[in-house]
Amino acid sequence: MAIINFPRFPRLFNDPFQEISRMKREMDRMFESLSGPGQMLLGSGVFPPLNIEDDGENLSVHAELPGMKPEDIEISVEGNTLILRGERKPDSVENVNYHRRERLAGRFHKAITLPYEVNSEGVNAEYRNGVLKLNLPRAEHAKAKRIDVKAA
Amino acid sequence: MENKEMQVVEKQEVESNVENIRRVPLFVPPVDIYESNGTLTLVADMPGVSIENLTIDLDKDTLTIRGATGVEETGGRTLLREYVSGDYYRQFSISNLIDREKIDASIKDGVLRLTLPKAESAKPRKIEVKAV
Repeated sequence: MAIINFPRFPRLFNDPFQEISRMKREMDRMFESLSGPGQMLLGSGVFPPLNIEDDGENLSVHAELPGMKPEDIEISVEGNTLILRGERKPDSVENVNYHRRERLAGRFHKAITLPYEVNSEGVNAEYRNGVLKLNLPRAEHAKAKRIDVKAA
Repeated sequence: MENKEMQVVEKQEVESNVENIRRVPLFVPPVDIYESNGTLTLVADMPGVSIENLTIDLDKDTLTIRGATGVEETGGRTLLREYVSGDYYRQFSISNLIDREKIDASIKDGVLRLTLPKAESAKPRKIEVKAV
């Protein structure tokens, strides 16, 4: 009687499903390291990097601008455009020997289109611990209106 | 220098075995270190760090700077996320030429300023040569 040996997968593929789930785990790890906290950014590449949140009625804009004077930050809002302009001046120290110089200085100019028009009168800006926080309320005319349907 | 445009520099995460206790990233703050008149000055950008959330430790030859930032989320829908806020951590090895008693630290507008005066014995001395 002939004994037929079925060809077998090599040891590695003993359980193809197990192998697939192992690969999936590897891929997840790979993507996690690419998009983990600190990396998941959609940057425009224009200084300063901004974080913008919308609660429906207000936009809150945050920017990290350490060591600036509030008067060196110029904020303007027109319709649905926000413009941030300013200059971070280098430390004015003379006759010193630098061992390291990693902090940057220079001018910046950034314009950003907001999802709706804001009430420029009601814009509130606060600078604390080197972080600029803006609160931009939605313009009255840009608010969604509820239309009542009358019974005829 | 004055006319230079600011460039976006991605924050550098701490690469070490040190893990943050809070579930936020740990960043390396950029620093300037300069020396003048026998004093070393260290300036570090740590936006979002207030005086209460800053710790500076000197243990043997290691100077550790650590700063925590507050949570920024307002609860709204995120429209744009160009940076991540996190805590800051950096260590420096300092020599025993520094007068440890006289180290001074201040933080203003997210910028830490540490002055590390050199010990008297480490300052250059003029040695007079006597005529015999």
